[in-house]
Amino acid sequence: MDEKVYGWWLPPDVSVHGAKIDQLITVLHWFMLLLFVGWGAFFVWTLFKYRAREGHKAIYAPVAAVATKYIEGAVVVVEVFLLFGLSTPVWLAYKNNPPNDAEAVHIRVVAEQFAWNFHYPGKDKKFGSGKLDLIGGDNPLGLDPEDKDGKDDIVTINQLHIPVHKPVYVEVSSKDVIRAFNIPVLRVKQDTIPGQKIPIWFEATAPGHYEIACAQLCGLGHYRMRADVLIDTPEDYAKWEAENAPPPQEAPAAAAPDTAPDNTPAPEKK
Amino acid sequence: MSDTVIPYMVKPHPVTGIPNGKFGIWLFLASEVMLFGALFSSYVLIRTGAPHWPPEGGLSSEILNVPLATLNTGILITSSITMVLAWASCKLGELPKFKLWMGATILLSFGFLIVKYFEYSHKFELGHYPSHDNFYAVYFTLTGLHGVHILGGIVVNSYLLGPGSKLWATDREHFTNRVENAGLYWHFVDLVWIFLFPCLYLL
Amino acid sequence: MNPTTTPTATGNGHAHDHDHGHDLERHGHHELPFWRKYIFSVDHKVIGIQYAVTALFFLLFGFSLMMIMRWQLAYPGQPLPLFGKLLGETAMPGGVMAPEFYNQLGAMHGTIMVFLGVVPLAVGGFGNFVMPLQIGAPDMAFPRINLASYWIFLPGCILMMAGFFMPGGAAQSGWTSYPPLSDIATSGQTVWCLAMVLIITSSLLGSINFIVTIVQMRAKGLTFWRLPFFVHAQLVTSFLLLLAFPPLEAATVMQLMDRLAGTSFFLPSGLVVSGEQLKVAGGGSPLLWQHLFWFLAHPEVYVLILPAMGIVAEVVANNTRKPLWGYRLLVYSVIFLGFMSFVVWAHHMFMTGMGTTMSTFFQTTTMIISIPSVVILTCFIMSLYGGAIRFNTPMLFATAFLPMFAIGGLTGLPLGLTASDIYLHDTFYVIGHFHYVVAPGTLFALFAGIYYWYPKATGRQMNATLGKLHFWFSFVAINFVFMPMFFQGMAGLSRRLYDPTVYAHGRGVQALNVVISMGAWGLGLAQIFFIINFFMSLKNGARVTENPWNATTLEWAAPSPPGHGNFLTEPIVYREPYEYSVPGHANDYSPQFKAEG
Ligand code: HEM
Ligand SMILES: [Cu+2]
Ligand SMILES: [Cu+2]
Repeated sequence: MDEKVYGWWLPPDVSVHGAKIDQLITVLHWFMLLLFVGWGAFFVWTLFKYRAREGHKAIYAPVAAVATKYIEGAVVVVEVFLLFGLSTPVWLAYKNNPPNDAEAVHIRVVAEQFAWNFHYPGKDKKFGSGKLDLIGGDNPLGLDPEDKDGKDDIVTINQLHIPVHKPVYVEVSSKDVIRAFNIPVLRVKQDTIPGQKIPIWFEATAPGHYEIACAQLCGLGHYRMRADVLIDTPEDYAKWEAENAPPPQEAPAAAAPDTAPDNTPAPEKK
Repeated sequence: MSDTVIPYMVKPHPVTGIPNGKFGIWLFLASEVMLFGALFSSYVLIRTGAPHWPPEGGLSSEILNVPLATLNTGILITSSITMVLAWASCKLGELPKFKLWMGATILLSFGFLIVKYFEYSHKFELGHYPSHDNFYAVYFTLTGLHGVHILGGIVVNSYLLGPGSKLWATDREHFTNRVENAGLYWHFVDLVWIFLFPCLYLL
Repeated sequence: MNPTTTPTATGNGHAHDHDHGHDLERHGHHELPFWRKYIFSVDHKVIGIQYAVTALFFLLFGFSLMMIMRWQLAYPGQPLPLFGKLLGETAMPGGVMAPEFYNQLGAMHGTIMVFLGVVPLAVGGFGNFVMPLQIGAPDMAFPRINLASYWIFLPGCILMMAGFFMPGGAAQSGWTSYPPLSDIATSGQTVWCLAMVLIITSSLLGSINFIVTIVQMRAKGLTFWRLPFFVHAQLVTSFLLLLAFPPLEAATVMQLMDRLAGTSFFLPSGLVVSGEQLKVAGGGSPLLWQHLFWFLAHPEVYVLILPAMGIVAEVVANNTRKPLWGYRLLVYSVIFLGFMSFVVWAHHMFMTGMGTTMSTFFQTTTMIISIPSVVILTCFIMSLYGGAIRFNTPMLFATAFLPMFAIGGLTGLPLGLTASDIYLHDTFYVIGHFHYVVAPGTLFALFAGIYYWYPKATGRQMNATLGKLHFWFSFVAINFVFMPMFFQGMAGLSRRLYDPTVYAHGRGVQALNVVISMGAWGLGLAQIFFIINFFMSLKNGARVTENPWNATTLEWAAPSPPGHGNFLTEPIVYREPYEYSVPGHANDYSPQFKAEG
């Protein structure tokens, strides 16, 4: 992994939707800086000019400060612009309109104390079903060995492989406590709430090896809820998939569509 | 204790029209509304999130004892009436009558708790503890907290009936105000029950 | 030594020379025994000082927890020199902090600073001591409830501390105590809940008392528009406490039920903890807690800031020697802030997967609530304009409050807007943001208040040189503490991390952690000036008369320190609160309580 990409400001953005977020953050900080410097200059000048000294008296009558009204008005206008011009559209587009792509990759993320499990549906694009009772040492997701949908599933721990230039739909959940699934370079953050499966999406624009972090306190091992995200070229991704696919035990049965409603992986709208 | 004279302890403030104590009790009740409001909202949220309510199946009215709760509703409403009568007796300057009605109020409150005791112990006999499922969790938490409020009322009312009534000799108006404030609280506790009863037992 | 000055409030009954002269003079009644006068006192001033001293102690304690944590953050995994061994093998095996202990310190730092430190000082301390004086009342409306309020608060504090001695240590799920984590945490969390119930109850009693006192007990002539701004701020604060705390009390009761009675209010079905299915009924909602918690905790941040603004207004008006600019606007703004603070809470929950309608609603309300804050800052800066500014110690702190609060407020914008919050939520940016509001913001204002009203409470001035040293060292150090946090947050560093160097993006900003820790320890050293000053001035400070700052509000009509019952003669109010430099008047201040100019 390349350490040097991380510095004192935003790390590089390798996501499709992130540019808008970065833009908002940048605009905001220029706006804040402008306000603060302008305001601060006036502040310091006032402190100096109106310091108590021999022969100087305070002015009783309130100054009619028209300028403040304009400045306050301007602040309101800018805030309205930030709100409805920059933030809300970005947020709505990101949340409500995930790209509709048949080629997309579907992954389930299941967090636990203290690891990230990544569950890929495999070639058949269907997630094997899980059972609470089956959860155990070598079966962290409780996958049902009887379920043929699950035969070709790939499960990894703390290693997320995704292909570049393809939308990735992720459904995050947690087995025990709340945490937050956070990939800084992909501008992704979503709380994982036990009892809920929350769909999110992202698409990487460049290959690379980066970090996944946990952003919500989840216990004494919170600090080491770290995982790797490997953004692969299509070839590398295919290779990884092939290498990690479980060996076929029996001839795959004829495709049986529309049987398992739980397995339709398209992210829910809204 | 102190020679500091606090204004409007007894007499109403010319602007607000009430003395301090009554103002205080209304504020207290506002915070109580927020307390029970939050618990009610939590109940609504948990209930709407459940696939079936009560989770174990059946109907609330079958699981909980509606006749006993109806009896308790009757008891509480009666106690509110006796409370008003106790206050009215003070207003009319009749301390013995006040004692009678206040005594009745306290007895009725104990009646309520005794009925509650039978309800609870029956649930426990069946092994239905708060942990059974969220229906019982809500039931026990809400009625339990309400029960604590009843207990609080009993303590206040008993004080007014017993040692507190000495104030009558020195400052009737002050004493009457205190009874009125205790009454306001008591009606509120009553009102909470009148919400709880249908929401928990019937719906 | 003067009776009301001694810190006997804390109960360390060391010897006093009983010099109750002025009490006897004025009232000529029998002496109350010592414990009724200073320990279980019903006098609002004694209770205020009790609150203030307790809160100052906890501020120092909570800060010390953070100074220990800062070692682990600056030098992860290295044994803490000197203290490391003292804290025991479970907390600091071999002198190196254990992750559980880090989480305990973090959760307790947050809890202590907010609930045992700032609020008790700002409301319990200043509110109790100053507010009745400023409205010309002899005491609070319900002195005995006031007494009860403190004596419920103190056991709450002690219980909160007791958490450290529970098996498994103190609460360690953050000051926010999110379930399921807090539901399944060790028994320290139960103690946290019980202590919170006590503290909440105490603050409810206090807020009722405050509101009734302000509404019913103002002196003759003291109309609503003649109230000092500090009183307005306390009034709004009290309403927030009154109405926002009960939902947290409800939530805490439910968490207690979950922990003790095995209910599942906050536990959904199908939880698997370390490979084992949790044996609970399930069906609850973890997010329910968050809604109830933030329904309190957002108004709570206004509880932290409004009294501070009140103090700043008093000190600024007094030291610019001119009326506050936009006094009425200020009052409208805090009332509006108070109302709005009840409808913004879910901006802390944007990342929980809420619907877009809800998130749009809450980010809009959040932007709306930022407007009155801008107005308030504008009013303060315009109050400086045209003044004749005296830079004494209180004024230095009050002046510094303004830019510090501005930084805190401005950095709230990216957190209140959903799109930028995706990136910044739960990073150190958040820590930087709210600390600018509460530490160099509120804390500085509270220091201003201490320096300003100390003469009223004790009859003596604090030392100006030590005060200036305290200010300048604190001011520089505190910016070294909190400014770098914005950069760490920008780099994506999560908060509440025991060892940030586990992450590459954490290693990128690790150097800043050393800077921050140095800053924090420097800040700690700077407080020595204050501590020395605070205690030395009790004995050695220059004696003052009733109005040492040439101020205009009513508390300066009472003797310093005021005796029981406060005023020698019943005060009457003749004018608005900040009549400084009135043309044609003899002095540059025309007190509210003097008929002639
Ligand atoms: C003045 C010195 C202070 C310093 C150096 C300081 C430092 C810190 C730091 C570094 C954290 C983050 C810890 C972490 O994420 O692991 C933190 C958290 C926190 N601080 Fe402070 N702080 C100070 C004062 C205050 C004050 C005055 C308040 C409140 C009024 C406060 C309230 C909090 C809260 C609520 C948290 C969050 C705790 C949690 O994560 O649950 N702090 N502080
Ligand atoms: Cu975590
Ligand atoms: Cu908030």
